[in-house]
Amino acid sequence: MMGTSILGLAWRSLMNRRGSALLTILAVALSVALFLGVDKARNGARAGFDNTISGTDLIVGAPTGQINLLLYSVFRLGNATAEVSWDTYQQVAARGDIAWTIPVSLGDSHRGFRVMGTDQSYFEHYKYGDGQPLRLSEGERFGDIYQAVIGAGVARELGYEIGGEIVLTHGLGAGGLTDHDNRPFIVAGILAPTGTPVDQTIHIPLEGMTAIHVGWESGTKNPMADTITEEMIRSFDLTPRSITAIFVGLERRGTILSTQRAINTRPGEPLLAIIPGVALGELWQVTGVVERALIAVSVFVIAVGLVSVLTSILTSLNERRREMSILRATGARPGHIFFLMVAEAGLLGFIGAVLGVALVQLGLVLLGPVLSQTYGVQLQGLGVSFTDLWTVLAVTGAALVIGMIPAITALRRSLADGLTVKL
Amino acid sequence: MTDTPAIKIRDLGFAWPQSPPLLDIAGFDLARGEKLFLRGPSGSGKSTLLGLVAGVLEPQSGTIEVLGENMTGLAGSKRDRLRADRMGVIFQMFNLVPYLSVVQNVMLPCRFSAARRKAAGDDLAGEARRLLARLGLSDEKLLARPVTDLSVGQQQRVAVARALIGGPQLLIADEPTSALDADARDRFIELLTEEASGSGAALLFVSHDGSLASHFDRSVDLAEINRARATA
Ligand SMILES: Nc1ncnc2c1ncn2[C@@H]1O[C@H](COP(=O)(O)OP(=O)(O)OP(=O)(O)O)[C@@H](O)[C@H]1O
Ligand SMILES: [Mg+2]
Repeated sequence: MMGTSILGLAWRSLMNRRGSALLTILAVALSVALFLGVDKARNGARAGFDNTISGTDLIVGAPTGQINLLLYSVFRLGNATAEVSWDTYQQVAARGDIAWTIPVSLGDSHRGFRVMGTDQSYFEHYKYGDGQPLRLSEGERFGDIYQAVIGAGVARELGYEIGGEIVLTHGLGAGGLTDHDNRPFIVAGILAPTGTPVDQTIHIPLEGMTAIHVGWESGTKNPMADTITEEMIRSFDLTPRSITAIFVGLERRGTILSTQRAINTRPGEPLLAIIPGVALGELWQVTGVVERALIAVSVFVIAVGLVSVLTSILTSLNERRREMSILRATGARPGHIFFLMVAEAGLLGFIGAVLGVALVQLGLVLLGPVLSQTYGVQLQGLGVSFTDLWTVLAVTGAALVIGMIPAITALRRSLADGLTVKL
Repeated sequence: MTDTPAIKIRDLGFAWPQSPPLLDIAGFDLARGEKLFLRGPSGSGKSTLLGLVAGVLEPQSGTIEVLGENMTGLAGSKRDRLRADRMGVIFQMFNLVPYLSVVQNVMLPCRFSAARRKAAGDDLAGEARRLLARLGLSDEKLLARPVTDLSVGQQQRVAVARALIGGPQLLIADEPTSALDADARDRFIELLTEEASGSGAALLFVSHDGSLASHFDRSVDLAEINRARATA
């Protein structure tokens, strides 16, 4: 009875100071929303990265850092500093413990989207999420050297349809002088959305990649390049001289470590073979420092929110001296006064935290579709998570503890004032 | 048990911290059901004495028995419980908790005392309304208003209803009429003494205004019983 009855008093007292109580609740809510928002973004990013590649046992490239190789080959972030020669690729692909390989050649772009040269094995073996294969939503795989298969994000953002023409840009430039405008590509297929960087990629055959670079051997466009005719190009051997990376699937996953070691230590052209999961793990270790800093900052912001709870109750105490002595006179024990103050703090903290959770959920509902459409990021955690509950509990608990400060002040005063309060 | 006095004070000594002795009372009694007027000028220690009787303050020496219980022998929490269960207190002004409705203010003691809650019956709000009606506050529109909108006289009557709920045996009133005009004051005291008689409660009413003494069974001047002041 005492519990619910004092809680009722605390509630009415807060409602009586609605304005300041609301501001305090808002401060707590925003701080909690920031904390949970950071947490959800962090988990969303991790889940997004973890979902991007699946089923590929090893990624092989020229020697560099393993995070670097992972980032540029899978996430299209950054650039390769060196390539793997076609001969070496053939040797790796021929290994008995390897079931399949996907050659990947990166370097060009189209209006900000990366272009990736590959072959049919990409559509057969590349998997994402928990093993989902790529699926065409429209059209078909590329057949001719001047055909392209574009990701769902590319199609949506650039409004491309089957049969449309694409002029690629040499390197990652903005277009213009470095355009491969003499060799446009035709959109043959559009991939279904995956929520991974595949959505933002334009896929062309390796031969097409070679073909548009005829006349570009020096790195810039040879003035004679435009005089080379279509027939001449098609008569050339369009096998690339080098590629950027190789995705590898093994016959038996059990050999993963020995195959990795064998590739890394093979004689001849030096190679780096990485296990995607291991490289991701290392990446999270690096980003973990930043994440922890962000979390620490948002925890401090919550602390600021809690201080506003303290301030709001402490400043109310002076004008409530009279109220305290009335409560004492009508039978409130010091414990009641103490509990009343603590309950007010707890209510402010609890309502603020719940509102914060609600704000984040609302944000997810409103922003989630935009994010997943624009960036292919699947924000998850809609619906109340364990972290949400835990946060509400912790914030309420901390508010209760902080509430003891005004509670002790009020208690002392009410004992010293007796029944007589000088106003 | 009911033949013990409502209040029995012996050799009471009290001083506020860092102050000379304020109260030194050899003996003072209030019988059950008696309505006593305690007079004394401002600053003479009337409110302090009420605080001692209510058990909110502790004397440095002597004994105070309230309704048969020796307050000076009781722990603070027991004194609080005795006040909650068996006393009703009315202040000079600002008696009401601003964020509670009129009826909730009247029911307030029942939040802190199971005994008062039980004595008031199952329908607490109904009992509160009955008491308010007896004190002339039955207009539903008035009862629905925030307590801070009520006139001082109305607020004081709400305070009386609150002191009476659950039938406490001792009522303590600290200058409840000082903010009222003469007419309202007389009506208020009549109501208060009537209700005290009706419920059989003893009433200790303090004021500096000696002209009110005629409404009570007995009148005492604090200066007569307080030796500390006499020597000061
Ligand atoms: N909480 C307190 N702390 C310290 N001294 C106090 C306290 N309350 C009252 N006093 C002192 O005790 C003395 C008596 O005060 P008290 O309020 O009991 O007088 P009173 O007779 O009720 O006066 P009034 O008619 O003005 O209400 C005064 O000198 C006052 O300054
Ligand atoms: Mg006084």
